[in-house]
Amino acid sequence: MAGVQGGASNDGMTPANPLLRATALRKSYASPVLIDVDFDVRSGEVHALVGENGAGKSTLARIIAGLTAPESGSMTLDGEPYAPASKIEGERRGVRLVMQELNLIGNLTVAESIFLGELPHRCGWIDYQELNRKARNMLARVGLEGVEPGQLVKTLGVGQQQLVEIAAGLSKHCAVFILDEPTAALTAPEIELLFAQVNALKAAGVGIVYISHRMEEIQRISDRITVLRDGQIVATRPATEVTLNEIVNLMVGRELAQAIQRTPKPAGPVALRVNGLRRGTAVQDVSFEARRGEILGFAGLMGSGRTETMRAIFGADRPDAGEVYLHGAERPARIHSPWEAVRQGIALLTEDRKQQGLILAMPVRANVTLMCLSRLSRWLGWIERAREKAEAGRWVQALSIRCASPEQRVVELSGGNQQKVVVAKWLYRDCDILIFDEPTRGIDVGAKFEIYHWLIQLADQGKAVIVVSSELMELLVLCDRIAVMSAGRLAAVFARGEWTQEKIMAAALSGHLTHAKVSA
Amino acid sequence: MTTRGTPAPTARRPAELREALADYLGMAIALAVLVLVFSLSTRHFFSAVTFKTIANQIPSALIVATGMTYILIIAEIDLSVGSVLGLCSAVTGVTLVQFHWPLWAALVSALVAGLACGAFNGLVSVQWRLPSFIVTLGMLEMARGGAHFVTQSQTQYIGSAIEPVAESGVFGLSLPFLLAVLIVAAAQVVLSRTVFGRYLVAIGTNEEAVRLAGIDPRKIKLAVFVLTGLLVAIAAVIDTSRFQSANPNAGTGFELQAIAAVVIGGTSLMGGRGSVISTFFGVLIIAVLNSGLAAVGAKDETKRLVTGAVIVAAVVVDHYRHRLGRARTS
Repeated sequence: MAGVQGGASNDGMTPANPLLRATALRKSYASPVLIDVDFDVRSGEVHALVGENGAGKSTLARIIAGLTAPESGSMTLDGEPYAPASKIEGERRGVRLVMQELNLIGNLTVAESIFLGELPHRCGWIDYQELNRKARNMLARVGLEGVEPGQLVKTLGVGQQQLVEIAAGLSKHCAVFILDEPTAALTAPEIELLFAQVNALKAAGVGIVYISHRMEEIQRISDRITVLRDGQIVATRPATEVTLNEIVNLMVGRELAQAIQRTPKPAGPVALRVNGLRRGTAVQDVSFEARRGEILGFAGLMGSGRTETMRAIFGADRPDAGEVYLHGAERPARIHSPWEAVRQGIALLTEDRKQQGLILAMPVRANVTLMCLSRLSRWLGWIERAREKAEAGRWVQALSIRCASPEQRVVELSGGNQQKVVVAKWLYRDCDILIFDEPTRGIDVGAKFEIYHWLIQLADQGKAVIVVSSELMELLVLCDRIAVMSAGRLAAVFARGEWTQEKIMAAALSGHLTHAKVSA
Repeated sequence: MTTRGTPAPTARRPAELREALADYLGMAIALAVLVLVFSLSTRHFFSAVTFKTIANQIPSALIVATGMTYILIIAEIDLSVGSVLGLCSAVTGVTLVQFHWPLWAALVSALVAGLACGAFNGLVSVQWRLPSFIVTLGMLEMARGGAHFVTQSQTQYIGSAIEPVAESGVFGLSLPFLLAVLIVAAAQVVLSRTVFGRYLVAIGTNEEAVRLAGIDPRKIKLAVFVLTGLLVAIAAVIDTSRFQSANPNAGTGFELQAIAAVVIGGTSLMGGRGSVISTFFGVLIIAVLNSGLAAVGAKDETKRLVTGAVIVAAVVVDHYRHRLGRARTS
């Protein structure tokens, strides 16, 4: 370990030798996800990694653990070159990742899951006595004394499964331990047990990378905090030297507020009124209204029910209960399917554009005109090709979609341009109520700003615009009102001027806090 | 937002056009090579008799394969076409022979039978979102059972009552042949130039995106199944007329032949890609292969071996051609 000069970062701590060091990592999928990321972990520290959804945290974790290879850049472990080709190779070198999505095989027993890959055996026969004894040991460490090693994993709750996953991580020798959103599904007492284990590992000299959205946890447990934004490292600071507010500001960036100016106008009449909407556990008694000429934002954590609410309004999923009133009508609208929604002037730009918003193998032209073919055809549905091309060309120009020609297939475009094709398609259809679900996810900054300008322009034209976004800053800048959802319920609605980031965050967490108290 | 904007970029689609032409040219060359090889290997092949036989054989195959092309483009499958052909043929025979109905009434009842089977396939698979593989497999059994039921498993000898269908024609071309060519041409035009055709390709590529774009894919899919049922009924009438009898076992294995022809034509089983013209070539290739192998004196087992190998080879070639195409464009 000696000889490697570490800690040259701007943290001002005493230089320590990093256990793991990553230099100039780069990775891109459709758009860049990580750009020249330098990152290191020291022995015996908890290094927190924070950033918004899509900032690149999970990708960095996956590269370190060997699940994904970087396009360029290098890593060292204990001063030796480290370039794992697989998760198994990473584990052999002592790097372990407990993933955000559960990774367990439901039909294995708890004991088998913990020791998968290293099952104690005699000539190929699994030694169940030994296995169960060791498993019971590990389960006790994470506070799962009540769980039988022979129980099937799928019979456990999500939080317990997460703890089994953590126990699996703890069971093996490790030098670097990465926890990606470990507490998302845990109750308060379970979190305490997890923290106790993290502290034990720390004392044993393990370097821990801790990825989380929960600021209080991060402040409590971490030694250093690194903030990622749009694939780049914005800052690495000792935990004691930054406040929560500073971290949030670093996460969301400030440039946005200067670039986008929304001058609110008095909102028009109510275009959409939702009353008591329910669907399963995802949407519970949601009521709100959206007016013409306003941008209504929907904030909340992932899985808070925003997407499900919008899909239910649009008729993509059948709601269990609740009514939707359109344009001030006395009687509720009948919306049982997307075509009924579109006919009544509702548009939904889905969060998953590749699977739900676009027909990737078809050209830009066909995607833009798909919903308006009846306007472009004469008798028997004969498409007037010249007019279709003209319209497609006009939209390509209007939204400055960068493509070789409107005949280029959408699959070959960048994420930002694909999103613009989706926007063009819906603008051409000309609906009055436009719901944008994560309109800027995974697209480059330039395209983002163009989308923002379109959103503002649409509202100024007198349309009702609803924006669901996980990027709070985006909502703070764009919206006239922000509705906050938490655990399937509408927790609060703030008007411009009433809100602060803290209030919105508190509302977004409110549903989970009561839940934690109940189960505690 | 609906003002006429700037003039459109008038660039033709050179790449797409070239690709389509290359498709057809490749198929035409393959067909020519087959004809050449058989002509060189036996004196019995290259003759007016052979081509007349082929021209007589293919109309029903062409018409069924056209329906199957649409079915595969929307990423579904119809295994029941052979049995439904048998059922429609049986209905024609029984109404003519047992009920002594006039020809037109017998033909209408056959078309109604085909339509009903197609509607059943479509309604059940679309309404309950069941895989069409299973639903049409069920129809395969039911329609065959129905064919045996209405005929009491007896072949119905119709005689000259149904002759007008197969024998009439103009310029030495039979009515069935002209009808088949007309159907192929119309189906290709509908596929490439109409809203319905655009929806077929879109549904086959990404049905969920179509649904979320506010277009009801169920109606369109149902229409394709019904249309296929109707086409099968037309093919059944043609075959019944050709043999002047209705055999309850008519059309056994026809579904696999139709799928093979469509796939040889390069239509994807995964949906979203296909052409009726290519299917036309696929049907011709299979027909020439069958006649040619018969002319060189190949036994039935050899014929099946060779035909099977050709199907696999065609799909492999298609796979590589598309990979190359994709590599070039990206």
